[in-house]
Amino acid sequence: MMVPIDLSTDRLGGRSDDVYAALLHAHEGLDPDASAALNARLILILTNLAGDPDAVIAAIAAAAKR
Amino acid sequence: MARFAYAPFPYRTPPELSGGRTGPAPMAIVGAGPVGLAAAIDLALHGVKVVILDDNDTVSTGSRAICWSKRSLEIFDRLGIGERMVAKGVTWQVGRLFHRDREIYAFDLLPEQGHKMPAFINLQQYYVEHYLVERCADFPDLIDLRWKNKLIGVARRKDGVVASVETPDGTYDLAADWLIACDGARSRTRELLGLDFAGQVFEDRFLIADVEMTAEFPSERWFWFDPPFHQGQSALLHKQPDHIYRIDLQLGRDADPEEEKKPELVIPRIQAIVGDREFSLDWVSVYTFQCRRLDRFVHDRVIFAGDAAHVVSPFGARGGNGGIQDVDNLAWKLAMVIHGNADAALLASYDEERIRAADENIRHSARATNFMTPKSDMERIFRNAAIELAADHGFARRMVNSGRLSLPCSLAGLSLQTDGPDCAGAAPGLVCPDAPVTGADGRNSYLLDHLGGSFTLLAIGDIEAPSIPGLDIVRVGKRGFADPEGLVAARLGRDVLYLVRPDQHIAARFVASTPEGIAAAFARAIRMNPKRTEAAA
Repeated sequence: MMVPIDLSTDRLGGRSDDVYAALLHAHEGLDPDASAALNARLILILTNLAGDPDAVIAAIAAAAKR
Repeated sequence: MARFAYAPFPYRTPPELSGGRTGPAPMAIVGAGPVGLAAAIDLALHGVKVVILDDNDTVSTGSRAICWSKRSLEIFDRLGIGERMVAKGVTWQVGRLFHRDREIYAFDLLPEQGHKMPAFINLQQYYVEHYLVERCADFPDLIDLRWKNKLIGVARRKDGVVASVETPDGTYDLAADWLIACDGARSRTRELLGLDFAGQVFEDRFLIADVEMTAEFPSERWFWFDPPFHQGQSALLHKQPDHIYRIDLQLGRDADPEEEKKPELVIPRIQAIVGDREFSLDWVSVYTFQCRRLDRFVHDRVIFAGDAAHVVSPFGARGGNGGIQDVDNLAWKLAMVIHGNADAALLASYDEERIRAADENIRHSARATNFMTPKSDMERIFRNAAIELAADHGFARRMVNSGRLSLPCSLAGLSLQTDGPDCAGAAPGLVCPDAPVTGADGRNSYLLDHLGGSFTLLAIGDIEAPSIPGLDIVRVGKRGFADPEGLVAARLGRDVLYLVRPDQHIAARFVASTPEGIAAAFARAIRMNPKRTEAAA
């Protein structure tokens, strides 16, 4: 049975602000190219961490939606 | 409705200069703002004599601190002005966040019933100070409030402090055993002692305006990112009593503070928000924000509280509320030391507990300010991505940060608290949860009405509360208060005993009542050698 992919529910256990702050901290002092490269590496790592190709593809679609 | 009428408080020649009776004061407090006045009242409730020095002779000009949290209201209630504040204030618990012209989400701060105090009220600082000054007058033998008495020197002695004070009649020296510096963000005491005040400065300027307007907006906090009326910046709207609205507008880094205060610039900005409604400007100020704190708050006999000890940006209402919680933490400790019921070592726990709280407040308010004022293109890109995703995705709403509103800091794991046991209810370190109770006489009240001011054993259900010197006893259950809605049991558990501090924080809890265990937890909570407690008993 297909389970709908839930991209919305918070899974950070109340620590969103910690994660967000760590993300910005990692970008501090980087020029735009270095920042974009950091983001690319991070996305690839998180893609593998998600461990679910269908979920990753759904996430890509959600992010691409404008 | 009438606006607040500013009236100067009378200056009186201090006894040191009029030849009246003088003597060393146990306690000098510098600064008659909310923090200094609250400290004086809390100490007076413990029977400690206080002299308050203030360089001015009026309450604060402009609304300044307006958002008072549930925890502050509980403290103010213990001090005797909480109900008056709630009656006058605007109670709110819903916040709405807008991006451009649409609402992205709303939050409800206290969806739970059965608490005496609401999640937040808005009330101008001048009202709070006015109520506190009137409350001080209830203690004529204990509180000596001296207007137009300006601190110009501090000499630290081995067992006290000598404050040099300037008045319209000349200068005098005031000897005190202790001095509490509550003289605000630009603390003169801090400057006189040459203490470093390290931290972060934010470059963006903000306009804060109090606007009087009869139009009715709901009693909610409204925050906009990039609104159509103020493009590229943020805006915040809060309702206050007397038809006054607080409007905060981000101006950016290059704004000229003197120019931006001019009515010809301010009025069009307000009109852009409120439209055709008639309004008048009550107060305008332009700020930059900082997050700083002293390395430590206790400097021998000089102790810092409130903005004198730590400053935060206003997003999250953690400045005034943090200061009131400093007082709540400090007053009982000082009173125990002054009365000889604890050693001065107890005061080290004020540093331990309130530095944890200050760091928590600084962390939250700095993150909120960073979110609002991105420092780089990448910060702006992430910020806008979180806001855009928030419309469709719950997780992203948690990332959007317009201020994380003040909550009491947990003191769990710090040295006065005793850990364990794991059970339902509230853990040591937390503020004791409130709930409705009914007395044997049928009168309804709240649990927190009966706690605070002293160390108390709170026994819930079927558990013995042994008689221990220095501890009051409050029972909920068979021989005590009834729990009409079952909320005491739901929030605190059944058949459990709590050791509650004078500031209503839980020091320890017990599911099996042993006098030795309770006495040990009490000794720990006042940093007393257990042997001495037994000797005192």
